[in-house]
Amino acid sequence: MSETTPLRLEVRHVSKRYPGVVANDDVSLLVAPGEIHAVLGENGAGKSTLMKIIYGAVKPDTGEVLFNGKPTHIRNPQEARALGISMVFQHFSLFETVTVAENIWLGLDKSFTLDAVRQRAAQKAKEYGLDVEVDRPVHSLSVGERQRVEIVRALLTDPKVLILDEPTSVLTPQAVRVLFVTLRKLAATGCSILYISHKLDEIRELCTNCTVLRGGKVTGHVDPRNESNASLSRMMIGAEPPKLQHREVNTGAVGMTVHGLSIQAEDPFGVTLDNIAFEVRAGEIVGIAGVSGNGQQELLAALSGESIRAPSGSIKLFGNDISKRNPRTRRAGGLHFVPEERLGRGAVPTLALAANTLLSRASDLVGKGPIGWVSPRLTANLASEIIKDFNVKAGGPDAAAKSLSGGNLQKFIVGREIGAKPKVLIVAQPTWGVDVGAAAQIRSALLKLRDEGCALLVVSEELDELFEICDRMHVIAKGRLSPSVKTSEATVEKIGEWMSGLWEVEHAV
Amino acid sequence: MLKLEARPQASKFWAIGSPLLALVFTVVIGIAIFMLMDKDPIKGLLVFFWEPIKSGYALSELAVKATPLAIIALGLAVCFRSNVWNIGAEGQFVIGAVTAGGVALLADSTTGPWIIPAILLAGVLGGMLWAGIAALLRDRFNANEILVTLMLVYVADLVLSYLVYGPWKDPNGFNFPQTKTFEKVTQIPRLFAGTRINIGLVIALFGVAGMWIYMFRTYGGFQLQVGGLAPAAARYAGFSSRRALWTALLVSGGAAGLAGALEVAGPIGQLTPYVPAGYGFAAIIVAFVGRLNPIGIVFSAILMSMFYIGGELAQSRLGLPKSLTGVFQGLLLFTLLACDTLIAYRVVWKSSNVTSGAK
Repeated sequence: MSETTPLRLEVRHVSKRYPGVVANDDVSLLVAPGEIHAVLGENGAGKSTLMKIIYGAVKPDTGEVLFNGKPTHIRNPQEARALGISMVFQHFSLFETVTVAENIWLGLDKSFTLDAVRQRAAQKAKEYGLDVEVDRPVHSLSVGERQRVEIVRALLTDPKVLILDEPTSVLTPQAVRVLFVTLRKLAATGCSILYISHKLDEIRELCTNCTVLRGGKVTGHVDPRNESNASLSRMMIGAEPPKLQHREVNTGAVGMTVHGLSIQAEDPFGVTLDNIAFEVRAGEIVGIAGVSGNGQQELLAALSGESIRAPSGSIKLFGNDISKRNPRTRRAGGLHFVPEERLGRGAVPTLALAANTLLSRASDLVGKGPIGWVSPRLTANLASEIIKDFNVKAGGPDAAAKSLSGGNLQKFIVGREIGAKPKVLIVAQPTWGVDVGAAAQIRSALLKLRDEGCALLVVSEELDELFEICDRMHVIAKGRLSPSVKTSEATVEKIGEWMSGLWEVEHAV
Repeated sequence: MLKLEARPQASKFWAIGSPLLALVFTVVIGIAIFMLMDKDPIKGLLVFFWEPIKSGYALSELAVKATPLAIIALGLAVCFRSNVWNIGAEGQFVIGAVTAGGVALLADSTTGPWIIPAILLAGVLGGMLWAGIAALLRDRFNANEILVTLMLVYVADLVLSYLVYGPWKDPNGFNFPQTKTFEKVTQIPRLFAGTRINIGLVIALFGVAGMWIYMFRTYGGFQLQVGGLAPAAARYAGFSSRRALWTALLVSGGAAGLAGALEVAGPIGQLTPYVPAGYGFAAIIVAFVGRLNPIGIVFSAILMSMFYIGGELAQSRLGLPKSLTGVFQGLLLFTLLACDTLIAYRVVWKSSNVTSGAK
């Protein structure tokens, strides 16, 4: 980096603490004019917080931001835009019922007329080869087209720094190509681009510089073009996890068999599941790794019974076809599930913990007969039992689910499902957003359940966790599932490569 | 600058305080309306809030009007708690009245008292049928139940009109659009001599207990509630949303139909084009003002009944239009919705240039 031209953007020793978590810990970032700079990190690594600080949406506790070499206090996004810092968010903010031009007009200075905005937007779009029809209503646009509208909107402010948050997460491979051409063109004009992503291939292809974050700290500053996926993912995920004493598993009967599971995506943001096959035996934990949004949601809904679009015969529980059964029937067969979203799915936020036991434990609690009597005493007893066994910090069985912290609610839900003595347990993101102590407790509870002969399937984005508790692992990428690999034979490099869908290559050899 | 700030937890105080504050605002705006119309506001308020409770007879009339409101509102509360929006209880009330009236017309001088349960059952089934149409269209074609139930109100009104202007018209009725007066035996038994209170009141009170038990002590009621509070949790648990839809609509339709039967075989005693009195719509307000809670519904039904009686008295005593009833009902719902903001938010003073934190 040349010392003569001032840096476009410099972040110096920024820290930001939230209650219970350090989102950014002494983070520094240097961005030269016209540079495409990647910010790489897992979910929760602090990428979003850092971007919000640059964009003025969050105020750092310590540290400073320099713009064009001058210390700048950006107090809110309006000021950021006035300086020339624009951001395209992962979730678009467009009004569907009005046209592209009207949407762009809404975000601009009120002094422009709609006609002027139409012309300028059309011109900008043409200049950067962005195919945008300004008079079409937004609801008729595809996801890729909507993103282009957002980018045109950002370009109209003539940005000096453009921040893109996971821009390709919703795009088809073809649309990604188009986006990259645009971004290179934009960088050539001197605009700096901050490219937030956890997709290693894209970063290596597009970016000239890369800052890696893990747990709120900068763990690397590299030129991604000289790195491999493996070396980048090691910086992103951390050192290779210590090998646990992996005992030879004494697996029993096949608990769950999935075979030929293909489901067409239901909406443009969904993922199509493509011929997924795996099995889970009693006494083992099978992990499914993968970057979020690669079909995990769809797969879990099909396995739990929340969606019954799976083809007949594709999901079997102890040999019985359950692909069209509802979750209650599956539960009766011994299949329990801990969903990723705790509030609103795993628990009803406004109801007491006692009432929330009824969601999945009704067979133990509800009186037989047509009335289905619910005894407040029984539900409260069960809730108290779970609170005690799993050391849940809660006001008691009458506390509303939403009054618990994420980790405590997760302990409650995991405890509720384990207490049902499941034969097969599916757990999604078991320790996502959970503090270290609770995470360790949840993991050891899962290991104990395995040793008691339960078949477990754990779907997680945290590789460390999967390496720690799983006996075998699959990777899900773009709706397809890799073959399984024994954890003792797996490496972070290999799994990292598989996460971008590259397992055939190796298997063909 | 006044600002609304989200509360970390819903306020228990305002959950109860909000309806009371709404009542205060309704009264204040009511006073303003009386003054604008050059009427003595004290007299106006007395007509609405004192006359309906000043004597035993007045109280009994209050109960007569509160009974159908409470019965319909109980059903609607089950429905609304399940996140199913039946806006057409009025139509189910009318069809319940029609089917009950049809059974009542079968009676002659030799009919035994068994006709009473038959009339009530017919009313329930009629209301269920009418709500069931909306459930079927929603289930099969995903037709919005708000629109379907609402539009079926007008169909129900036309069905009633057709019958009383046509096939069921009393041949000795001087061509008035009404059926013959029902036989004495079909009269819903009264509770006290000299008043018009009938066993409908007892049914309503049993309904209060029944709904409370169903919603808060049975697995079926729990499933409905979860479906309304957190649809994803209901899917996770495996509660059927179809079953919730049918249960909610059939329960609320049946309740409205029952109220129609009690009304037509009780105070009215024949079918006329004036059977639809707006109870079905007013009950929506009753359900919400009562916080969708059975006990709360008892109080709000009494309040709404006061508005009905007050409106009639305002017409005869003060020469004010009867539509004032509707104005008061609307005011109450409107102010309640506004006051409910206080449950989830608090009002704070803030200087205008404070920068907010994370978006």
